[in-house]
Formats: sequence, structure tokens, C-alpha cells
Amino acid sequence: MKTIEEINEKIKNGKVVVVTAEEMIEITKEKGTKKASEYVDVVTTGTFGPMCSSGMFMNVGHSKPRIKIGGGKCYLNDVPAYCGLAAVDIYIGATATPDDDPRNTVYPGAFKYGGGHVIEDFVSGKNLTLVATAYGTDCYPRKKIETYINKDNVNEAYLFNPRNDYQNYNVAVNLSNRVIHTYMGVLKPHLNSANYCSAGQLSPLLKDPKYKTIGIGTRLFLGGGVGYVAWYGTQHNPVVPRSPDGIPRAGAGTLAVIGDAKKMNGNFLKGASFIGYGATIFVGIGVPIPVVDEEMAYLTSRGDEEYWAQVVDYGNDYPERIPRSLGEVNYAQLKSGVITVSGKEVPAFPISSYSKAVEICHILKDWISSGEFFLTNPVEPLPGIDSGIKMNTLDERTLEGIYNERK
Amino acid sequence: MKKRIILRFKRNTVDKPIVYRLVKDYDLIFNILRANFSPRADSMLVMEIEGMDENFEKGIEYLKSWNIDIEPIEQDINRNDSRCVHCGVCASVCAPDALYIDRKTMKVEFDYERCVACELCVKVCPVNAMNVFFD
Repeated sequence: MKTIEEINEKIKNGKVVVVTAEEMIEITKEKGTKKASEYVDVVTTGTFGPMCSSGMFMNVGHSKPRIKIGGGKCYLNDVPAYCGLAAVDIYIGATATPDDDPRNTVYPGAFKYGGGHVIEDFVSGKNLTLVATAYGTDCYPRKKIETYINKDNVNEAYLFNPRNDYQNYNVAVNLSNRVIHTYMGVLKPHLNSANYCSAGQLSPLLKDPKYKTIGIGTRLFLGGGVGYVAWYGTQHNPVVPRSPDGIPRAGAGTLAVIGDAKKMNGNFLKGASFIGYGATIFVGIGVPIPVVDEEMAYLTSRGDEEYWAQVVDYGNDYPERIPRSLGEVNYAQLKSGVITVSGKEVPAFPISSYSKAVEICHILKDWISSGEFFLTNPVEPLPGIDSGIKMNTLDERTLEGIYNERK
Repeated sequence: MKKRIILRFKRNTVDKPIVYRLVKDYDLIFNILRANFSPRADSMLVMEIEGMDENFEKGIEYLKSWNIDIEPIEQDINRNDSRCVHCGVCASVCAPDALYIDRKTMKVEFDYERCVACELCVKVCPVNAMNVFFD
């Protein structure tokens, strides 16, 4: 057993042994889990994929005379930001699109510029046009402002992503008879392509499948800078089918993360356009996992062939919310480029970047080895396997129905 | 020798049976990958040409004699490596496997020689890394 405090002491003294998740797999194959748990202190994990539930809070400072953008309207590079907050606090979400974007009216829409691109431009140090209108009050008389903002002239700017870093994800296929454009990319008809979205053996929550070390407050790599787990993510659903060792075989856990956007960069926050679907952002996340005991050495050293995902039809089942799996495949099969679904060989492609995930593992390893980055004990654990969490659905209810429910 | 090239025609060359001459006089095998012809504007032809080295050279000389601009295909299709994140979305739609995933590194590689300039990658690339300069 090792404590976080002991590991941090080693980081301080420059004696910490940090390895990437890829390296941990090899080390454990060689040494076994017992010796590996004694030798290795920290395993770095990483993932880099499109994460729609992302956005950035900003306080843009007060103009002279003052304007109350709060309750008014506000655009950054023509993309609408949310301003139902105090006077000059705004939030730009990754999937926001300009009011005049044709969206999917001419199908499939291109979604060339949206909130994710605004965030990338901002963290890259570019100037953004800020256009805001307000209703004017005695204390905030101004009704309109047009100016340029950037990371040096706003006050705070922090990413706050309500749902990132899915523990595992569906493998998307298309059983319909036409090409479909989804958030999982373009899917060929008649089960002719399969797209998946996970870093598999590098993915943070897959390496700590039972949320033993990752919890609320955990310090992590976010978008090239430092962030924290703010809360469990939306749709955090630990109650899914799992392997005997606790590894989830479907979506499962998620993280809400927060971090100083001014210290992030465009290499790990990339605005994205999914044809026919919308604008979003690629987010890079890396979580250090302390090897506190032999169990964590075992769990952090599982390879792609031990992580399974469900194959789901996005032609009809997914849009109709039909909970059907066409089968299970593992990440080693997915990475090989061919999976077998219903007896048919189907080419498989990732939509999250494994090579970027590797890069993140190495950066985080360097940060820790050089004594810049320390590990944290969770303030609170994430809701676990026994939490009894159940996902709700959005049902169309009527007043009459509500009245009848009461009776 | 086998090569993919882009031919750009001036308006007054469009009515000449140039491809026929390449076959008949220079014994070249051609495969038209993409064509955009208009009698009112400059036109474009993407072709794979195959044949003996000597004939290939002569054929190209012949094309040039008609004032046709010839460009290698990679000049007009390129990937902005500073934007590419190696996600793999392009590879999933690339029919000739010009954009493919090196399954060891999981990086997306681009083999110009297999590209047919369909431009599907330009449309699907989430980070706008693929550029095609055809007109």
C-alpha cells in the first residue's frame, strides 16, 4: 500500500516512478502485478476526442459606461454565448452555431465554425469579436457594445465541461440503406463501416474502472493545461454490465472538469465540425493514476483486448432509443481495423485520436517526473457501482397525465 | 512509369482529342479519375497515366505543346499537418485508402498515389485539415 502523500513526497524528491499506460502494460507483463505495484508509483492515462458537453466561462470586464450583458444577448465571432448570468459573465458552449448558419437545411450541413472553434481561437491567443446588446438600466446604461477580446484582456476564463472523458463508448454502425452523418462520423449503409470513440487501454476511467483513485477534486491534464474533476459528469452511469474485474463493457462513468483556459492551448482543444451533425470540440484529457496497491497495478495494466464495447446501430436503434446491442468487440479488434458483427467483417475506424492520447500520457508523465504536478486525494468519491444510479428518460407528459398520476 | 497528374486546359483546347493521341501515338494507358469540362471556362482533368518511361516523357511533352498545365496530384491536395489530429474520420470514408490508418501508430497516413481527388475527406475532416485546390 502507498498513500498519495507518500507518492507526492517522492515527486518532490525527484524519486517518483511514473510510466504511461502503454508502458505499464509492458512492465506488468515482465514483472507481474505485485512487483509492478511496488516499482511504479503513477500511471499516466490520456484521451483526445470530440466532447460536445464542453464550454468556457468568461468574465469580460466592465466597459465605460457599463453594460449589463446578463439577460441580454452576446456573440463571440458571431457565435451566440449564454448570458443569463451576472452583468459581464458569459458562457460559450462548444456546439453553439452562428444564427445565420444554414445548419442542416442543406443536408448535410458543414458547421464550419461554432463554439468549439471560438474556444480554440481564444486559447490560441487570437482576438475574438464581442458584440453584445442589452436593455439598459440605471446602473448599466449602455445598450450595445462591439469590441475585441482576448485572453490577456478578459478577467477569468475557465473551461467548465459538464461531461467529458466517457469511460467507454458505443461502436457505431449503420444498418439502414443510406449513408448517415452522425456525431460518430459518417457511417456507410448496410453495416459497411464501424466507428468507435475511445482511447481504449489509455483511457483514464477505463484504467480506474471502479473509481478508486479518480474522484471529485482530482487534478488532471486538461486542454494542455491543468484542470480538476469538478463533479461527476452528466449521464454518469456506473451501473452497466461489467467484466468480473469491474471493467465496464458500455458507456458508464463520465467526468465534469474545470480548468484555467488561459493556460490551455490549441493543440489540445481543437474546434471541430461533424458534417451533418454540428460543431463541437476535441478535448485532450489526461489523468494520473496512483498505483496505491496491487489491484491498481492490475487494473492499470490491462490491454486493449480486455476492454469491450457494444456495437450499436445508429441507422435506427440509436435515434429511436432502442436499447439493442449487435454484439461486443474489444479495442484490440477495433484497432486492428476489422471487427466481426453479425458474422460480417466490418472495417473499423476511430474518431478519437490514439496518437494524441499517447502524447498526453507522455506530457503528464514529464510534468510529474519533473516535480511540477502533484497528485490529489479525491475530496469525494464518484458515485460507484453500488450507487443505484439509473438514467432517466425524457417523456412527453401532459397536464392530464400529471393530474392522473396524482390520483 | 505510372503517375497521377492534373491537367489544366485553356478554353480553346477543350475540343481537341488529346487523350486519344496519348493512347494512339504514345502507347499510354490512361484512367480518368475526375474531369471538369466547360466550353466557356478553363477545364480540368485528373488522370492516371501509365506507360514506358520514354513514351511517358514524350506524352507529357505533347500535352505541354497544347499549352496544357500539368501538375502532380500532391500539389493540389494536401493535409495541413498542424491541424490534423489523427482522429481517423477521413480514413473511414476514403474509398481508395489513400488516407489510411497505420495500425501500429494509429496515425493517419496519406498516400497521394492512391488519391482520386474525390474530395470526400475535405468535407468530413472535423478539423478542416484537408485542402484541395481544384477549380
